[in-house]
Amino acid sequence: MRTKLVFVALLAFMVSPALLFGAGTVSGKITYTGTPAKQKPIDMSKEPSCAKQHTTPITTETVVTGANNTLANVVVYISAGAPDESSAPAQAVTFTQKGCQYIPHVLAMRPGQELKVVNADQTSHNIHPLAKINREWNKSQPPGTPPLSEKFDKEEFIPVKCNVHPWMHGYFAVLKTSHYAISGDTGTFSLPNLPPGKYTLTAWQEDYGTQTQDVTISGNETKTVDFSFKAKPY
Amino acid sequence: MFVLESQISAIDENRSRAAVNRQASSCLQRFRWGTFMKAASKRLAASCALTVTMALLSFAQEAHVGDLTGHAAEGKKHYRRYCVGCHGPLGDGNGENAQWIDPKPRDFTAATFKCRSTPTGTLPTDQDLYNSVGRGFTNSNMPHWDALTDQNRIDLVAFIKTFSPRWQSEKPGDPIKIPSEPPVTMQSITHGAELFQKMECWKCHGQQGRGDGPSAATLTDSKDNPIRPYNFAAGGDDSRFKCGVTNQDVYRIFMTGLDGTPMPSFADVIQPNDAWDLVHFLRTLQTNRHSRENEVLKAAGGKIPVKAPDANPPAQPENKNSGSGN
Repeated sequence: MRTKLVFVALLAFMVSPALLFGAGTVSGKITYTGTPAKQKPIDMSKEPSCAKQHTTPITTETVVTGANNTLANVVVYISAGAPDESSAPAQAVTFTQKGCQYIPHVLAMRPGQELKVVNADQTSHNIHPLAKINREWNKSQPPGTPPLSEKFDKEEFIPVKCNVHPWMHGYFAVLKTSHYAISGDTGTFSLPNLPPGKYTLTAWQEDYGTQTQDVTISGNETKTVDFSFKAKPY
Repeated sequence: MFVLESQISAIDENRSRAAVNRQASSCLQRFRWGTFMKAASKRLAASCALTVTMALLSFAQEAHVGDLTGHAAEGKKHYRRYCVGCHGPLGDGNGENAQWIDPKPRDFTAATFKCRSTPTGTLPTDQDLYNSVGRGFTNSNMPHWDALTDQNRIDLVAFIKTFSPRWQSEKPGDPIKIPSEPPVTMQSITHGAELFQKMECWKCHGQQGRGDGPSAATLTDSKDNPIRPYNFAAGGDDSRFKCGVTNQDVYRIFMTGLDGTPMPSFADVIQPNDAWDLVHFLRTLQTNRHSRENEVLKAAGGKIPVKAPDANPPAQPENKNSGSGN
């Protein structure tokens, strides 16, 4: 699933001015310069039911890179200039705990959108989003229990962890805009259906922080905006 | 502890900065500057008057428990005398003693509280906070404040609520319902022991509830400070839980979770009657404490017939008062 771009939430755009005036697209590539920190190996031997699900060594996912210095798991979104957005899509987003890892590692959603948390493992997890702007909560999810249904009300990048399995880390990106994408292994992203206007584009990487660039869409065109993060060696 | 006059005024200044909203606070600062510099501050004062008044109104925070009504202005006096040393002038848990304290003093600006009757992720009730002040926190530096009057304590609760804007924008959650406790039986204890395995409580608390499970050493609270799981086996008849001493308190603890810590809520995954069974089992982990649960277990031979998962020896709490509770 990481080989493809993840596009979500275009439903909200059914009554968009884009349909009337033509729509532009912003696309680009996320890369890094320098040498990223080596990801740490994860020892799951304390949780055999998870360890046996992995045939290849598992590492942390703080920085996930692809060929040609591309960066995955970067959230790119319109942080300013987006038209007023309609309410959250009715469709839920799903966050799965499998093999004592979070799939996806970074999950984007809209305020008020339903978040389903699934435990596909044979062990108990606790889902602990360390929210600061939203409410922090912490729920146990033993194996075989139905998905948890939750939502967040405010825009925030929320670190998620499981206290039982301290290596499990992920992020919820709660975004006001419906125009967002998360880069895959190829580091590319595309934000289609943008009506003409001036926009600020923000790219967020969990370790490297955020970068912004302005872009103007004047009609039915595709603009290229690339981001380059300076890698932290440690 | 002593607070010098100069410190008090510093506290006052910091305090107002923390509690009023950002806009009003910047107004206040500008106003002060304006006064000092004898600049034309009238217009500024007028434009700020409304925001400041609104902010001051939020100072008039109240708390209610039974017939008691707490007032933040009163609570502030007690806070300065009794609480500021640890919880700090800004209520962020960074008082001057905080660096020596483990676990760290509560940060009231986050409005995240361990002991609640309300679901995880919601604000506690006034009663919850009032109980916490009176009860204190076992295994921590927070003493029980019974030396204060009921009125003092409810005033403190009202003041504590001025540290976070959440108290203006959110309401406390609905307290979880606790059904009446069924009788303690061997069947109930056994089922509780099964739940202890199934819910994997032992991952942190250990098979004997000694707080030494496989994940125990890695636990951190929400501010990344190391934190220990509760050791059930420590202590005797005077042993207390983080949020109380009764069976109802134990029930409430694992159903609400202790927010800000690794202890999650089990409200979505444990049925009310099952929860009572778990309470009965947890009592038997308190091997040095006299309890109905331990009597029932002893009468049944002291062993719980539970199959534990592979490689994890079954819990076999002893029922003798011979342990060396630390």
